[in-house]
Amino acid sequence: MAQALLTVEDLYKSFGGVTATDHVDLQVIPGEIHAVIGPNGAGKTTLVAQLSGELRPEAGRVTFDGRVITNLPAHARARLGIARSFQITSLMLDMTARDNVALAVQAHAGHSFRFWADARRDRDLADTALVGLEEVGLADRADQTARIMSHGEHRLLEIAMALATKPRLLLLDEPMAGMGVEEAQRMIGFLAGLKGDKSMLLVEHDMDAVFALADRITVLVNGQVIASGAPDDIRRDEAVRRAYLGDEMVDASGSAD
Amino acid sequence: MDWTLFVTQLLNGLQLGVLLFLLASGLTLIFGIMDFVNLAHGSLYMVGAYLCATLAQVTDSFVLGVILALPLTALVGLAVEFVVIRRLYARDHLDHVLATFGLILCFDAAVHFLWGAEGMAIRLPAVLDGRVEILPGIVFPTFRLLIISVGLLVALGLYLVVTRTRAGMLIRAGASNRTMVSALGVDIQTLFTLVFAAGAAMAGLAGMMIAPITEASIGMGNEIIIVAFVVIIIGGIGSIKGAFLAAVLVGLIDTMGRSFLDTLLKVFISDQNAETAAPALSAMLIYVLMAAILAFQPQGLFPPKGR
Amino acid sequence: MKRDALSPANWTPRTWAMAVGLAILALLPGYVELTGATFYLDLASRLMILGIAAVSLNLILGHGGMISFGHAAYLGIGAYSVGIPAYYEIHNGFIQIPIAVACSALFALITGAICLRTKGVYFIMITMAFTQMVFFAFVSIEEYGGDDGLVIEMRSEFAGLFDIEDATRLYYFIFASLLATLYLVHRITRSRFGMVIEGARGNERRMHAIGYDTYRYRLVCYVIAGAICGFAGALLGNFTNFISPEMMDWTASGELIFMVVLGGTGTLFGPILGAAAFVLLEEWLSAITIYWHFLFGALLILVVLFWRGGLYGLVDWIGRAAWRKRS
Repeated sequence: MAQALLTVEDLYKSFGGVTATDHVDLQVIPGEIHAVIGPNGAGKTTLVAQLSGELRPEAGRVTFDGRVITNLPAHARARLGIARSFQITSLMLDMTARDNVALAVQAHAGHSFRFWADARRDRDLADTALVGLEEVGLADRADQTARIMSHGEHRLLEIAMALATKPRLLLLDEPMAGMGVEEAQRMIGFLAGLKGDKSMLLVEHDMDAVFALADRITVLVNGQVIASGAPDDIRRDEAVRRAYLGDEMVDASGSAD
Repeated sequence: MDWTLFVTQLLNGLQLGVLLFLLASGLTLIFGIMDFVNLAHGSLYMVGAYLCATLAQVTDSFVLGVILALPLTALVGLAVEFVVIRRLYARDHLDHVLATFGLILCFDAAVHFLWGAEGMAIRLPAVLDGRVEILPGIVFPTFRLLIISVGLLVALGLYLVVTRTRAGMLIRAGASNRTMVSALGVDIQTLFTLVFAAGAAMAGLAGMMIAPITEASIGMGNEIIIVAFVVIIIGGIGSIKGAFLAAVLVGLIDTMGRSFLDTLLKVFISDQNAETAAPALSAMLIYVLMAAILAFQPQGLFPPKGR
Repeated sequence: MKRDALSPANWTPRTWAMAVGLAILALLPGYVELTGATFYLDLASRLMILGIAAVSLNLILGHGGMISFGHAAYLGIGAYSVGIPAYYEIHNGFIQIPIAVACSALFALITGAICLRTKGVYFIMITMAFTQMVFFAFVSIEEYGGDDGLVIEMRSEFAGLFDIEDATRLYYFIFASLLATLYLVHRITRSRFGMVIEGARGNERRMHAIGYDTYRYRLVCYVIAGAICGFAGALLGNFTNFISPEMMDWTASGELIFMVVLGGTGTLFGPILGAAAFVLLEEWLSAITIYWHFLFGALLILVVLFWRGGLYGLVDWIGRAAWRKRS
């Protein structure tokens, strides 16, 4: 197996006595899409927050590309090449789509203590931003203020911003959340197109999307990893079926223990 | 060191502390529940002082003046909440500070119009006007002792209300999680209006307590309100306990600094330098304290939970 | 297409408002010369100085979303940077003004480093408290007049090259400073740095996620704004010939915020319009009644409640109305 890009070891986090992340171990191999699934409240978003640097774990270790990043703040991790999308859309709503992406480009084009030249006339930023918007099919919306764009467009814009930072690892927190069937299909197609090129950790509720995209799946229940493996193995795993797919199904198949 | 002076100043510091607490507790509750910044809280302090001065004059009794002025100040608070503040909850902090800054201007001008530019003194009854010997050799003004007692009683009462009653439970819950309180089916608007009125009454009470010493004057609240802000920042916004401890701490440090900093400095630097530097340094002391605490605890000593 | 934006035919209503405003300010001394109404020269000088201060506040408040309620501190620090050297017979502006800018920047750096660790209402109150600290410090320094303030006997002179003793010359010095400030802030807000500041106001969490250490950028912005306002303070000291702690009373900070909001937050020329409206209203209302603060306060409340677009919102509205008529 190839050297892991992201390694999570024994990660632990609790909130006021409630364990949100219970000694989680996880690896993302370069080029793979690693999905994390689990019922509501399983601690998926908390896990992403600890990987992106918004939350500090109480114990455990996160290693990215051979470097321990457990105590790095979010912006430093972003500069190392970890990009994320948020479960709830998080954009600069008063700026145009182009400016949103341009800021992401700018973040990885040296420091921004440049006070004089007009950033919007900076070809390097504007053109790269436009290419990023084209990739997700939003080029014709470049000069719209983000606030007036649709929910689906917001989700795509988030992805465009994440990609504009030229990340090596994408943390996607429910990128399909709140999308219609057609929009979700479009997003799945887009992510499938990135497969092999970008490594991804995908948190998602939509099982069709997960099984269509993931190379490996980790199942989280009450903050604990109860199973991890290839999609087919996960589909067959008894514990997963019981915990995640619903007791009725297990009962119906008569295999309850 | 002069022990008589030391104990006297300790008590003076405590007296400033409880006054600050009367102001800060209202501020911190209002902020805790509604996320609302009320700059005009100091105006209610002034209004309380003026109302009390007038009523004490009319009734010829300071005590009656206080008893009558308290509900009146609460009413003024209710009116302000109803006319202006209520419309601002949904707005951002910038709108809060601007509108309540406007309120301060209105209040100062209105007091000027109603009571004139001169301050108003309050005559204390003979019982309160004297001094008592509290420890052998240490005499202290009776009235200042009363201020301390009133302040401590209010603090105790507030503590009991907040910890022992249903309203107090809601206030605490509201400070940590507003949505949850609304979800309980409690009318948060009514709760807040009541807290605002109570905060107004406490601010007014502080004004009434200080007026016999300094007299009621226009803009009297505008200076002390900033110190009250320092108190709630140090204590942690939304925390009554924090407000109390920080108020006493700030009161003591400010008073002691003004009295003894020059003596302390003389140990380290020349007498003349100490006497030049001490007034400026002691004026800055509480702000330096605030900065030092924030450097380690950006949300104050007792940060609000769950926010 | 870019070139056309420069031709008056394609100016936006906002550009027009700025052009007309600046033209009036440029021509005012001529009018005063003809009519002898020197009063207007004083009024406009004050307006422009407060305008510079408001523009600098707008940089952090409007563009950066940092609600500083302590900006008047820099007016005071700047003014005392002229007054204290003058007290020791140092009148050289090439020394005084760099001191004003440097001290303001330093104060902004130290307090900003602490303030910017906090958010929201904490930030408002802490900026306020630090300014109050400076206020009390100057009140208690007897050497420089304490509460009573300090008279500046002689205005800054610039190493024999020029001086600003004459009211008209001072006026043009202030006017030139205003133009320079507007241009500087215009460049900053449109630069890469400006984009980061704007982005951090819009969504700090997202800015972190794409790799910005927003704290550092905000702190630099805070220092720039403080330095500019310190410069305005140096002008104010020269203009009034008298400085006192009163200049940095916290209500003075509130007035600066009022100017920014009255004019239009996050716009280039809005703060100047706001400062103008503020100074003129103050003049006009105080002539009507001694209780003018009431009207002023009521106006402030009404503006907040019903008219958050500021004067620039009005300019836009007039522009749209004119546009409809034309087409």
